[in-house]
Amino acid sequence: MEEILSNEVDLEEDTQRGRFLTFSLERESYGIEIRYVTEIIGIQSITQVPELPDYVKGIINLRGKIIPVMDVRLRFKKEPRDYNDRTCIIVVDIKNISIGLIVDSVTEVITIPEEEIVDPPQINKGSQNRYINKIGKVGNDVKLLLDCEKLFTEDELEDLHDAL
Amino acid sequence: MSEEYINEPMLEMFLFESTQLIEQLEQSILDSDKEKCYTKTAINEIFRIMHTIKGSSAMMMFSEISGLAHSIEDLFYYIREENPQNIDCSALSDLILEGIDFIKIELEKIKNKDSADGKATTLIGTIKEFLYGLQQANNYKNIDKTKQKVEESKKQYYISQDKVITTVYKNAFKATIYFEDGCEMENIRAYTIIHNLNDITKEIYHIPEDIIEDEESVDIIKRDGFIVYLKSDLSYEKMFEFFKQTIFLKELELTQLENEDEFKQFLSEEPSEIQKKDYQIPKEQGKIKTNVTQSISQQSIISVNVSKLDKLMDLVGEMVIAEAMVIQNPDLRGLELDNFQKAAVQLSKITSEIQDMVMSVRMVPLSATFHKMNRIVRDMCKKLGKEVELKIIGEETEVDKNIIEHISDPLMHLVRNAIDHGFESVKNRELKGKSKSGTLTLEAKNSGSDVLIIVKDDGKGLNKEQILKKARENDLLYKNAEDMSDREIYNLILLPGFSTKEKVSEFSGRGVGMDVVSKNIETIGGTLSIESALDKGTMITLKIPLTLAIIDGMNIKVGNSTYTIPTISIRESFRPKEKDIIIDPDNNEMIMVRGQCYPILRIHEIYKVDTKVTNFTEGIIIMVEQDDKLLCIFADELIGQQQVVVKALPEYIRNFKKIKGIAGCTLLGDGRISLILDIGGLIDKR
Repeated sequence: MEEILSNEVDLEEDTQRGRFLTFSLERESYGIEIRYVTEIIGIQSITQVPELPDYVKGIINLRGKIIPVMDVRLRFKKEPRDYNDRTCIIVVDIKNISIGLIVDSVTEVITIPEEEIVDPPQINKGSQNRYINKIGKVGNDVKLLLDCEKLFTEDELEDLHDAL
Repeated sequence: MSEEYINEPMLEMFLFESTQLIEQLEQSILDSDKEKCYTKTAINEIFRIMHTIKGSSAMMMFSEISGLAHSIEDLFYYIREENPQNIDCSALSDLILEGIDFIKIELEKIKNKDSADGKATTLIGTIKEFLYGLQQANNYKNIDKTKQKVEESKKQYYISQDKVITTVYKNAFKATIYFEDGCEMENIRAYTIIHNLNDITKEIYHIPEDIIEDEESVDIIKRDGFIVYLKSDLSYEKMFEFFKQTIFLKELELTQLENEDEFKQFLSEEPSEIQKKDYQIPKEQGKIKTNVTQSISQQSIISVNVSKLDKLMDLVGEMVIAEAMVIQNPDLRGLELDNFQKAAVQLSKITSEIQDMVMSVRMVPLSATFHKMNRIVRDMCKKLGKEVELKIIGEETEVDKNIIEHISDPLMHLVRNAIDHGFESVKNRELKGKSKSGTLTLEAKNSGSDVLIIVKDDGKGLNKEQILKKARENDLLYKNAEDMSDREIYNLILLPGFSTKEKVSEFSGRGVGMDVVSKNIETIGGTLSIESALDKGTMITLKIPLTLAIIDGMNIKVGNSTYTIPTISIRESFRPKEKDIIIDPDNNEMIMVRGQCYPILRIHEIYKVDTKVTNFTEGIIIMVEQDDKLLCIFADELIGQQQVVVKALPEYIRNFKKIKGIAGCTLLGDGRISLILDIGGLIDKR
């Protein structure tokens, strides 16, 4: 019995391994590990919460659960853009914290074999690739693979830097 | 032993029931103790409860508990039957309370899956002695007889075959009982039946004879059923009812025997069955979960997992949204639908009622927590030789279940502290010209967006000099004693490692008391404040926020956002007139209302909300009050009043910083989110 169970868990993990949900932001295409993703919803009315950084747009009601939403454009210091019906909220669950990521549009779920994933190039100036963990190659395209945990955890650090 | 109760649901049931009974019992004993006499009803109730506990714990094989319950039952049996005068009430209460404590501890052990290894032998001995003493004192003539009776009933777990039958019973029965397959412990179940039968008749024979010791008995019962021969005065129907209560009963054959001889020779030959009725109980009905001994009071309370309630609340929220989507569906626009409108109104009414109900389910009145203190007050007064009367006000105040769990311990600490340190001894009170018995007041009330719990005593009050001295000794003074306000001095006792009491007593004084209390209160976001006057008493106020509590809120609109103000903090709302507005040189806006001047706070300004309404005369002013401070809030318009559930902001947002002036958020009927304003925070913010 236990064996079957653990097998099932393995299987589930197997099917999720190497699979990424890709979304676009401006011209770039990003990937996020599928195991973090809970669901994808369309844009809905966001309640503003005062005194928060720009990129935290506010809170939404996800079937009775209140979750914060973050505009990934603003998070990556890109120009804000009006939301349209292509705009999506990707609900991710990281370390038991649910958060919605607002992205321009969601593309597809793809599998990127391990050998096609490489480290990002080392750029000394700027901190642009802080959130990028790896880079995946799919055909001729390049997918920037997000390090989800960094999206949250470095907030305070960054705020400190901003203050300085 | 612990391996034997694999049957989890039954164990859970047992624990739940016993805990409830014990609580009920404790209450009735405390009541009786206060009255200084045990009324007939109280005695009956205690007897009944003890009987139930005895039965169920014997069934679950907790022999110490059942033994103890049995001895208490005996004691109360005697009191009930003989109605002896001159009972030492308080000694009796002490004894029973001690017993209750023992059972409580054992139940706790069982709950934590430890083996219930406590020994009640001494306690049982004491109870027996007490009973004996009672009998002596009452000149009970047939002491021997009673003793024998006690002995005899003590042995009532075992069925003595050779008992001389003195009573002649009218009817004889043969019952064959089959248990459900896989119910386990058939022998114990059979034993329970016999055990319960003992209350009805003394003339019982059964096959297999040796149920407990003989291991084969289980198999025999499984195969052939459990066969009982008995005589009783009860009618066939009554007996049938009795057997039907058996747990895990699959099939029951009950036969009335008319031939006495057959009955007596049952061991050698099967009795002839003259009047046979075969009752087949459908399998679905088999799981009759009745109390083993006759269920006394109907349980009107069930315990439900809180997470299920949360889920239910979310679902109801979704339903309300779905309802709005149907009723306000754009497809319906412009159509004249009378019947639809009628049905829609009805639906809205029902959904809002469901919503109210679900919200209120999570709320628990404080009464149980408060009444628990009765016991502590009583015990401590006795030990310390003080006289304190507990006064409870506002016990019906409802608090979220989670909060109750968090405040029960701190409250206990405070009560103990008050009695131990706060109250003077009777003699000292008299010297000071106070009434002999002190009064400890426990009060709960709603105040704005908080619940206040006040523990007030009329004891000696806090001695500032002593506190300062002690703080100096322990190096806890953080600034000059001369510069400290009274409040700051009192707050010193909340520091870790502070205890003014010289000697460590059983109840308090290890120097961990108050700081633990204030920590516990802080973890749920509450505050603790102390007021005191020498020789007048001390008042400790716990201010508990109502995270997740339900409040009446007034929804206001600013731009596209909705905010909720707790109705209780609202004094009035009005549309201001231009001439009442005053602007001081620092550009602070104020308004004159009936000769008083109040500051104005523009929500759209402090929270940077876009709105067209920036002119005072176009919007509305809401005057709010918190802690005797007043503030006028300027908003676009009032939307309406509604009961809302306070939800905390998501953890991610709370991690940024504490947003001043926002207590949490709530879901509106149409699924939108409204931010709840924290009036205290807003006043500070200015």
